[in-house]
Amino acid sequence: MTPRQIIGKIGLWLSVLVIVSPAILFFLWMLSLSLKFEVDNAAYPPVFFPDHIAWKNYADVLASNRFLTYFINSLVVTGSATVLALMVGVPAGYGIARMAAHKSAIVILIARITPGLSYLIPLFLLFQWLGLLGTLVPQIIIHLVVTVPIVIWIMIGYFETTPMELEEAALIDGAGRWQVFRHVALPIAKPGIAVAFILAVIFSWNNFVFGIVLAGRETRTLPVAVYNMISFDQLSWGPLAAAALIVTFPVLLLTVLAQRQIVAGLTAGAVKGG
Amino acid sequence: MSALTQSTPAAASTEAAPEKELRPPSYWPFVVPALVVVLAIIIFPWVFTIWMSLNEWKVGSPTTFVGFSNYLRLTSDPRFLEAVGHTLVYTVLSVVLPLILGTLSAVVFHQNFAGRGFLRGVFIMPMMATPVAIALVWTMMFHPQLGVLNYLLSLVGIPAQLWVFHPATVIPSLVLVETWQWTPLVMLIVLGGLAAIPTEPYESAQIDGASFWQVFRFITLPLIMPFLFIAGMIRMIDAVKSFDIIFAITQGGPGSASETINIYLYSVAFTYYDLGYGSAIAVVFFLLIVLLAAVMLYARQRMLWTEIASGA
Repeated sequence: MTPRQIIGKIGLWLSVLVIVSPAILFFLWMLSLSLKFEVDNAAYPPVFFPDHIAWKNYADVLASNRFLTYFINSLVVTGSATVLALMVGVPAGYGIARMAAHKSAIVILIARITPGLSYLIPLFLLFQWLGLLGTLVPQIIIHLVVTVPIVIWIMIGYFETTPMELEEAALIDGAGRWQVFRHVALPIAKPGIAVAFILAVIFSWNNFVFGIVLAGRETRTLPVAVYNMISFDQLSWGPLAAAALIVTFPVLLLTVLAQRQIVAGLTAGAVKGG
Repeated sequence: MSALTQSTPAAASTEAAPEKELRPPSYWPFVVPALVVVLAIIIFPWVFTIWMSLNEWKVGSPTTFVGFSNYLRLTSDPRFLEAVGHTLVYTVLSVVLPLILGTLSAVVFHQNFAGRGFLRGVFIMPMMATPVAIALVWTMMFHPQLGVLNYLLSLVGIPAQLWVFHPATVIPSLVLVETWQWTPLVMLIVLGGLAAIPTEPYESAQIDGASFWQVFRFITLPLIMPFLFIAGMIRMIDAVKSFDIIFAITQGGPGSASETINIYLYSVAFTYYDLGYGSAIAVVFFLLIVLLAAVMLYARQRMLWTEIASGA
């Protein structure tokens, strides 16, 4: 290596360090806050590595009986909204791609532009009339506003890239449209479905605005529960940070494990104008 | 990047076209369930919102048709007008800063280095993390006495700030969080653009002895312009609607110093339960987003024409 190349290498690594450090330092600090006792969290100058690690913060959050309820609520809402979205969105993506009905994607675009709160006002009234407030059903339904467009959008893009030859062959052999979809198109589309699934799960899990309006005391999802911890129950930083980390940990894990699918899904949506 | 990014609608439609003539209606059953869902949760709320905006509609009291008076009320509502101003400032900053930083990051991530995939995963963590959870930690970091940010400032000799606790610094502080959170998305989009650039211009620039800056300014930047534009558009749509971060950190405060349209809309609809007026705000808000998008499209068009004109 010439000196010039060495300098270039060092410069590159310094730049990499600079651009990833805001993310790394933030999450390390979050971890540090969550593992410290109040004494250390209230210390100035701040303590980065505490002498005593407060595992107790996590134990307290996990042991509170409400936490389990909220965790299950989040699982039910995100799980149902994602599964329902895949059930209607994957066939729809297939149909739209095969009919080349690109104009129908405008609805998805409008859905993307519309502020989430403007769905909430009419649907809130509707759920009230139907007497559904107080159950998880309203949240499952309204999370479809998030998950369905993601799934349809990604599946249109994916089915447009899968080859038609196999499907045509199957049709000539006398298979019905549904059989072709079920046995030919669907197996090929598995990677696309995985991308749609991951993104739908993350954006539904993270959703906050629908929950603060529609969730009652028993039906809160985790993001809403954490927000309510700030306002009412907790003022000490350790348990709060621990709760925040527990809520977002599944998503962070998924991000690092499935970063390739996430990047593909996000840029597909983005480059196509999502 | 996977095949997803390389999809070509044109190719797909030429393939699908003869098929379509063969048995035109047969793909409809695949779309119908989604159509029902979209009608119920997207189209119905839209139509109903417009109808509600024409009524005096408060929870617990009878509704009366009032025509456009909710909209007229908006024009003289100082809190709404102030919120529009906050939203515009917040949006412009939250588009420009991530665009600059995201482009620089993309140039770095475009290079080859060990652990690139993993570090890219780490880099995009801020935008995938649960917004409320990170807002909570930022709130602690902004704390004037115990927060780590003032400590970091003190290390370089900058006096302590009040961050989100002072009307003058609250919006820039929230923009800091928004920028931290969404620079990765700009990076990903621009990175996709960089991957699509051919290598020839760079080779000839190297032969001509162009500097790094010249190469960036005259080759890279013009070629990634379409991607920057898309990134800017998406960023604008998201920044205008930004809710979780602002609501969880300041709830629009101190006073109403960081109250954006979306936060005000929330108060009107779900604190005062004035649903008719809230619906009018929602409609105007949507139109404002469409207008901003149109302005950006127009600016892009103008830029293209001047480029062509100056090139000729």
